[in-house]
Amino acid sequence: MKKLLLATALVAVGAGMVAAQDVVRLGTEGAYPPYNFVNDAGEVDGFERKFGDELCKRTALTCEWTTNEWDSIIPNLQSGNYDVIIAGMSITPEREEIVDFSQAYIPAASSAYLVLSKDVDLMSGPVAAQTSTIQAAFVAENGMAVVEYATPEETVAAVKNGEAVAVLADKDYLKPIAAESGGVLMLLDREESIGGGVGMAFRDSDDAIREKFDAAITSTKEDGTLNALILEYFGPEAKTW
Amino acid sequence: MFAACADPKSIEGLTWILCYLTSGKHLDFYWSFGTVLLLLAVTAPAALVLGFAGATAARSQNFAGRILGKTYIAMVRGIPDIIFFLFFVIALDQGIEYLKSLAVCPAGALWPWQGLEFRVCRGAKVPLGSSSAFWHNAYGFALAVVTFSIVFGAFAANVMFGAMQAVPKAQLETAEAYGMSQAQVFRRILVPQMWVYALPGLSNLWMILIKATPLLFLLGVEDIVYYARELGGSKTQSYAFPHGDWRLIYFIGLLIFYLTMTRLSEGVLGRLSARLSKGQATAAGEAMRRTGA
Repeated sequence: MKKLLLATALVAVGAGMVAAQDVVRLGTEGAYPPYNFVNDAGEVDGFERKFGDELCKRTALTCEWTTNEWDSIIPNLQSGNYDVIIAGMSITPEREEIVDFSQAYIPAASSAYLVLSKDVDLMSGPVAAQTSTIQAAFVAENGMAVVEYATPEETVAAVKNGEAVAVLADKDYLKPIAAESGGVLMLLDREESIGGGVGMAFRDSDDAIREKFDAAITSTKEDGTLNALILEYFGPEAKTW
Repeated sequence: MFAACADPKSIEGLTWILCYLTSGKHLDFYWSFGTVLLLLAVTAPAALVLGFAGATAARSQNFAGRILGKTYIAMVRGIPDIIFFLFFVIALDQGIEYLKSLAVCPAGALWPWQGLEFRVCRGAKVPLGSSSAFWHNAYGFALAVVTFSIVFGAFAANVMFGAMQAVPKAQLETAEAYGMSQAQVFRRILVPQMWVYALPGLSNLWMILIKATPLLFLLGVEDIVYYARELGGSKTQSYAFPHGDWRLIYFIGLLIFYLTMTRLSEGVLGRLSARLSKGQATAAGEAMRRTGA
């Protein structure tokens, strides 16, 4: 009887593990529209939500969404709180050293400066950027003073109240903000091309999941689904594949 | 929530405000006040129990008990709260998963700390990757409660240790002269009288605990501060209810909440103090006896 119970328990545990393997937890920031944001219903929404769900459908994996602060998003991937980062993260050599990236699903996009007036001198004051972003590194490397904030929201607020002369961030994030500011905020014509496209990040040890997602990204590129999504969220001028 | 709210972009005025304030995210915001109250309701008694145990251990006759009690008090009190919170929660989480991995993972698994990664087999994740978001939140909250209890337990232990020392020695000696054992003296004489000495310190701690609840946000629990910042941030047309930077309004709301909480607490603590002073050999107790209260 005991053995029977033990066997049943083992089978149950085994079955549980198989089921558990089919669930992949996707981590995102939830504060970077239109890439990803938490909508008014309290759910993760945006381009990456839609794209991620499509990939999960194609890989036949069950996906769970979770949000995490940007500045701890890589450490929490490594400690296993989620399995994938899908948060508008650009592929850079520095990040490649600690995580593995899928192929890019958004082509290397330009970064723009959000300012209060077009004739501002970028060297005259600090430029705001979100902590641990390629833009923050770029500003520092190019001799401008950088002031870093934990969330993208705060970088924009810094320009509005004069703490910084400009925000450097992805153009796709800044464009709607400038357009809806009623003329108060605008984008400089100068743009920067940094980063190697946006990819999903995985733990170094998770090659199996990465390959599955990589294959799914390839298939969305081939049948045009990805391009349609990019145009839907980032406007008709967005770069596609 | 309401039928009229189906298309938020087409409504305005009072309806817009009503729909805005009843959006799913706002309902989560209102619930998060419950999270904070629940944290207070669980942490306060847990910290009291830990504090009582710590104080008892620190003044016990047993050498090992004394060392344990005093180390606990000194260690937690000596480390900045925020560092303790950041370190302890990660350590606790990985410790739990490590112990579970010993039990459930197949033999021969790798040592979990591999360079920058913490790696245990999927079965050892707490909660399991397949669990619903509710369990992930509940687990995060539980970790926070344990950490808060340990931190505030150490402060409470120090307060109660002092309070136990403050009970007049004559009282204890009289009890012994009546033939009570050490345990009886502790239970019948020391503990009932120490509360009045402990109360000012403990009420301070309670106030600090109320004001420390925003640390939940630091631990990744979606508390009122998280929602205030999230909801108050300016929203573009990507959102159903676009608006400007309203963080100030939300933070004023939190300010009122915390002021109300501390004001109510002051009232309750004042009454408690009066009640505990009754019949005590303290200045307050003596004053009450004179006025015939």
